[in-house]
Amino acid sequence: MSAPSTAITLANLATHYPALQIVLPLVTAPLVVLLRGTRLVWLIAFAVTLACLGIAVDLYAQVLQQGEISYAMGGWAPPVGIEYRVDRFNGLMLILICAIAAVVLPFARTSVEKEVADNRLSLFWAAWLLCFTGLLGIVITGDAFNVFVFLEVSSLSTYALIACARDRRALTSAFQYLIMGTIGATFILIGIGLLYMLTGTLNMADLAERLPAVTQARTLNAAFGFIVVGCSLKLALFPLHLWMPNAYAFAPSAVTAFIAATATKVSIYVMLRFFYTVFGAEFSFGSMPLGEVLMTLSIIAMFSGSLVAIYERNVKRMLAYSSVAQIGYITLGISLATTSGLAAGMLHLINHAMIKAGLFMAMGAVVYRLGSCRLDQLSGLGKQMPWTMAAFVAGGLSLIGVPLTTGFVSKWHLASAGFGAGLPLVPVAILASSLLAVIYVWKVIETAYLRAPLENATPVKEAPISLLIPMWIMVAANFGFGIQGTVIWQAVQQAAVQLTGGV
Amino acid sequence: MTHHFILRVITKLLIPLILLFALYVQFHGDFGPGGGFQAGVIFAAGLVLYALVFGLDTASQVIKEWVLLLLVPLGVLIYAGVGLASLYFGGNYLDYNVLAHDPVHGQHLGILLVELGVGVTVAAVLTTIFFSFAGRGQRDVNEVLKKSSGDGDAGQTS
Repeated sequence: MSAPSTAITLANLATHYPALQIVLPLVTAPLVVLLRGTRLVWLIAFAVTLACLGIAVDLYAQVLQQGEISYAMGGWAPPVGIEYRVDRFNGLMLILICAIAAVVLPFARTSVEKEVADNRLSLFWAAWLLCFTGLLGIVITGDAFNVFVFLEVSSLSTYALIACARDRRALTSAFQYLIMGTIGATFILIGIGLLYMLTGTLNMADLAERLPAVTQARTLNAAFGFIVVGCSLKLALFPLHLWMPNAYAFAPSAVTAFIAATATKVSIYVMLRFFYTVFGAEFSFGSMPLGEVLMTLSIIAMFSGSLVAIYERNVKRMLAYSSVAQIGYITLGISLATTSGLAAGMLHLINHAMIKAGLFMAMGAVVYRLGSCRLDQLSGLGKQMPWTMAAFVAGGLSLIGVPLTTGFVSKWHLASAGFGAGLPLVPVAILASSLLAVIYVWKVIETAYLRAPLENATPVKEAPISLLIPMWIMVAANFGFGIQGTVIWQAVQQAAVQLTGGV
Repeated sequence: MTHHFILRVITKLLIPLILLFALYVQFHGDFGPGGGFQAGVIFAAGLVLYALVFGLDTASQVIKEWVLLLLVPLGVLIYAGVGLASLYFGGNYLDYNVLAHDPVHGQHLGILLVELGVGVTVAAVLTTIFFSFAGRGQRDVNEVLKKSSGDGDAGQTS
């Protein structure tokens, strides 16, 4: 191949962006462990995250200009070697993950100092970067087995991140997540193994070419089932969501904000990638009763998640159950099996990431001052922490789906996709479930604004500015993309058309 | 200190062989069965055997904790660094062809270094896991003893 004399230049650096997207955080993680000093370590982590964001934006711009990007790892050409592949869908996902990480990281620096023991801080940042690497890797790779590897990288580091919290209950919830997550990952691995057995290839595009020849095989049905169940566990679809509330409630707040906005979303990405790119929409929704099953579970999730959230006393757990419901919205859009339904699901995927990141950061600020986020302790907090609670209210409005917020835009498109598919029940379900969201968001607002502070409670100050700025950036994004609703919608529409094979 | 005499002698005889075999598996991995992961596990097994027979305190004098914590990230850095080097020389990430003047030599060098990184990290991680699990009980006992007796000699347990 090329001789050593053709050294790397700035001009051809851009062709290596798909690799650098993963490699930058991957290299930084061990460096962080070696360096120790926490302030410096945070700065490096932040710089790398910003660089990754720049790379992700540039990759997406390249995709828009020239179409899909394929990168051969190690110089081995695709079906044999590991291929990194960026198209419109995962280009957007890369930007989403990097942007969320870039906003949550400054929040995390202050928040984590209170919630994680000092001697663990550098290891904490290393695990954070590895989690970030894993999430990006799952999204960018075009190799089915590589998906599993990165899934494990991100999951294992997430378990460690959750267990880093000072709260001892974090240990059991991390362990619970570990058991459930490992079962999920194993199911996905078994599914990939069966696919490999059938076709002898692991490259997704190659799999897609070879699978139509073997659609009669029972093994293919089994592989499909394993992958659907595995992904559902990872993305916390209704009956398989039990790991989530505790994991989100007891993890350090910054970790919750980060993984709630990215980890489940990435699992949804994996599921969509398998449904559309690998198995093909015809098999997934035609030969398999996927649409019906997914729709039933999604609707149950929307209602059961919201109902449990209403009765939850811990606000972080409440938001976690609300996530179960919101993931129901996303999978509901997917279950319609139409391009507009898929696009609406993707839109809500991105919007929900912004909503939940903002809400969990607001609760993180409350935990920073109060040391807890039990609902009754929030009494009178609206006056003591006006900016934090205002951010919560703004995020809550977006969660409910009030006009001018991103939540409204995605629910609007979900509802119209439901009409388009000839299912008028879908908009009704969305509306009814949103009314339940009004109740649990109102419960927090009522406690914080209308109740007098507890008598024995020590008054608290507003959260430090370093927590408020990231929180309000997320809130601003919620309203900005809510008012300019077409920006993301057009991007996800194009992504959905590309994923369903329209282009 | 004199009981388990046979065990101690046999262990002392075996450990060099285990470590040597680990190195063989490591460096012969590109031609025969083996490689970094297996070699790292065998190497760590040698260290674990030493700790089991001679005690954790002796073992942690042989291999200090900070060395282990240095080696864990170092292996990953070697691996990722090889990839960055191939980027620098104009290939794709982890394309070993460009590492030497001749692609065949490049492939040899690349896989050797990458497997070395894997071996270093695996050996260090497994030893660290063993030390932290084995040390956990002992540390707890030490703390309890310190609390109950309150003076210095409580730190020693047998």
